[in-house]
Amino acid sequence: MKIILISLLVLGLTGLLAAVLLYLVAQKFKVEEDPRIDEVQEVLPGANCGGCGFAGCRAMAEACVKATSLDGLSCPVGGNATMTKVGEILGMAAAAAEPKVAVVRCNGTCEARPKTSVFGGTRSCAIMSSMYIGETNCGFGCLGCGDCVAACQFGAIKMNPATGLPEVDEEKCTACGACAKACPKNVIEIRKKGDDAMRLVVLCVNKDKGAAARKACQNACIGCGKCQTVCGSEAITVAGNLAYIDADKCTLCRECEKACPTGAIHGMNMPIIEKAKAAAVVEDAPAEGGKKGFDPRCAAIIKSLPTPKAAYPNMLKMAQKK
Amino acid sequence: MNTFRIGGVHPHDNKEFSAHKQIAAVPLPQKAIIPLVQHIGAPAKAVVAKGDKVLVGQVIAEAGGFVSAPVHSPVSGTVAKVDATTDAWGLPMPAIFIDVEGDEWLPEIDRTADIKTECTLEPKKIINKIQAAGIVGLGGACFPTHVKLLPPPGKVAEVLIVNGVECEPYLTCDHQLMLERGEQIMLGIDLVLKALGIKRAIIGIEKNKPDAIAHMAELAKKHPGVEVKPLALKYPQGGEKQLIDACIGRQVPSGCLPIEVGAVVDNVATLYAIYEAVMKNKPLISRVMTVTGKSVKNPGNYEVRFGTPLAQVIELAGGIPEDTGKIIGGGPMMGRAMQNVDMPCNKRVSGLLFMKKDESVRVEPENCIRCGKCVDACPMGLEPYMLAKLSAAQNWDKMEQLNVMDCIDCGCCLFTCPSHRPLLDYIRYGKGKVGGNIRARQMAAQAAKAAAEAKK
Repeated sequence: MKIILISLLVLGLTGLLAAVLLYLVAQKFKVEEDPRIDEVQEVLPGANCGGCGFAGCRAMAEACVKATSLDGLSCPVGGNATMTKVGEILGMAAAAAEPKVAVVRCNGTCEARPKTSVFGGTRSCAIMSSMYIGETNCGFGCLGCGDCVAACQFGAIKMNPATGLPEVDEEKCTACGACAKACPKNVIEIRKKGDDAMRLVVLCVNKDKGAAARKACQNACIGCGKCQTVCGSEAITVAGNLAYIDADKCTLCRECEKACPTGAIHGMNMPIIEKAKAAAVVEDAPAEGGKKGFDPRCAAIIKSLPTPKAAYPNMLKMAQKK
Repeated sequence: MNTFRIGGVHPHDNKEFSAHKQIAAVPLPQKAIIPLVQHIGAPAKAVVAKGDKVLVGQVIAEAGGFVSAPVHSPVSGTVAKVDATTDAWGLPMPAIFIDVEGDEWLPEIDRTADIKTECTLEPKKIINKIQAAGIVGLGGACFPTHVKLLPPPGKVAEVLIVNGVECEPYLTCDHQLMLERGEQIMLGIDLVLKALGIKRAIIGIEKNKPDAIAHMAELAKKHPGVEVKPLALKYPQGGEKQLIDACIGRQVPSGCLPIEVGAVVDNVATLYAIYEAVMKNKPLISRVMTVTGKSVKNPGNYEVRFGTPLAQVIELAGGIPEDTGKIIGGGPMMGRAMQNVDMPCNKRVSGLLFMKKDESVRVEPENCIRCGKCVDACPMGLEPYMLAKLSAAQNWDKMEQLNVMDCIDCGCCLFTCPSHRPLLDYIRYGKGKVGGNIRARQMAAQAAKAAAEAKK
């Protein structure tokens, strides 16, 4: 009985002492934190995608609280609704950011851009682009291994087996930019979504001279400048044999799309314009298996080789999440 | 029998297809394309323009810095243009295009087959001649040779190690060169010894070339200080650092050059080129390459002038075999599969290998079973499984800590992996990224230094 009493007393006193000590230490070394950070973080979607440019939602919340105005701060996942809520908490007006979307600027489909070789190594765009030009003769376009698909946390980008190109699901895309960062060829652009998601885009990034670009891919921009001539709003610039449409100036008149001889300009989410594609801008269009390069027999052989599976499927995902 | 101590693998050497085939000259092309980047270091700068007439041996591009090499015209004719062409991997590279007319050589080049043994030049002059002849290491890395012969201050060369190993399977060009032109190689060794001011040279030759060992040992009797060392068979014995360990038992520290342990390493083909340049005034305009493969009609060793399209060499060897799955530039271990065969021959190309379709398919990778075979096989003492994993996770800093820059791309890890994991793919990719980071850091440090000095 006595032993129990003593133990209770000793343990109780020790506990009390420790509690007092902890309380004093906690008072002494208290970290002052704005309670609004937690509130703001509560409102943010918690995807930690990094699309806002910060390391995660917590870092974004801290930045919002610290900032004097919400200009330039935007959450691509939550969009304007979230930013309005953040503005309410902080008593600031949230600038309405225009919704954006990822656009794959390559239309080098299997038919338009013949394969000239088969990469036997690891199926990763990053590794393939460090080794050689890629499986086609276009040194700029999509490599088709799907690093962007692995990078997307929202399941918004998928490979289309028919074209061999990634396709963006615009409903799911949050424009966080992970795919654009993962693409070693910088094919993906984060672009203004536009009214009713309608936009005119040059679906090509090939900077080769017209003849070489056309030889590698029938859908390539050859830098002829016809679009620039017909554009009434000076929205199009041609630099390095490649046209670019400025979404801020574009009025969606679609004159450029009609004028483009190779069909490189696309009106996305717009009705299709039926037109005859100019047949021969460059006399020698790509021959079977590519005119330059491998013996066609050889090209046929390597075409039949199987493609190996990825060796580190999860690691790639991990890397992109970091 | 001597060999290097760390790691290594034993691939089947497959040299029987082209071994002992006489070196055959490839006819001149009609149009020659001469790349300006045929070496490690700064690219060469073209000094000719469209319409210029050039002779064989004339300088058409001068060195772009100390670690660089000039390019000489391998043909005579008119310069058609200076433009970009595609390399074997489809990427653009600058080149000089020459329309070939006849075969006129510069008058000072000695084209006779006589062997000149007397050299009265001073060491400095010899090195100058080597530099002017555009000689680079013909073993594969193409490091400008004159840089090796001028050790940095504080470092002393003690021994010249001659690389006659040819550890890559299939390739036989160095073997055949030793058999046919051994005397010239010996004279080249004497020249380099004189240039370096040293007395000792060791020729390392693997024991699968007994005739070359016997032939070179016989010739070495007449050249004091030159010794032939037969080496046990193991890949990658031809790697500079591995060869030094095998020949003199010294290990080059991480991140250092061979001169750190007093060694200078040169390939037999380089020494032959040095002899030609110094004694015969002939710059580096051709090389011997092997064209081989299990189903090639006429596999063999061909002496090719630079600028000759590889397609022409292939034609001479009987064309692309029907069952080809991959054409590899170089040997099967270090070489890379080519995207096209339009590329002209240059200082880098040591061989063309046609792999059959069934040989060139990679086996599906399985999970890593932590057997550690890749660690045992790595000749640089690295941990390939870990480096590959870090590369996949894009952890570049950790890779740098684990000395990924020491990797020599030999492929032993991938060769030995029982799960067929593509270790080298990932390591090479990561190595490129880490190298880029290191260069960026150096540039930033330099810029900061320059800014600080400007402030003063």
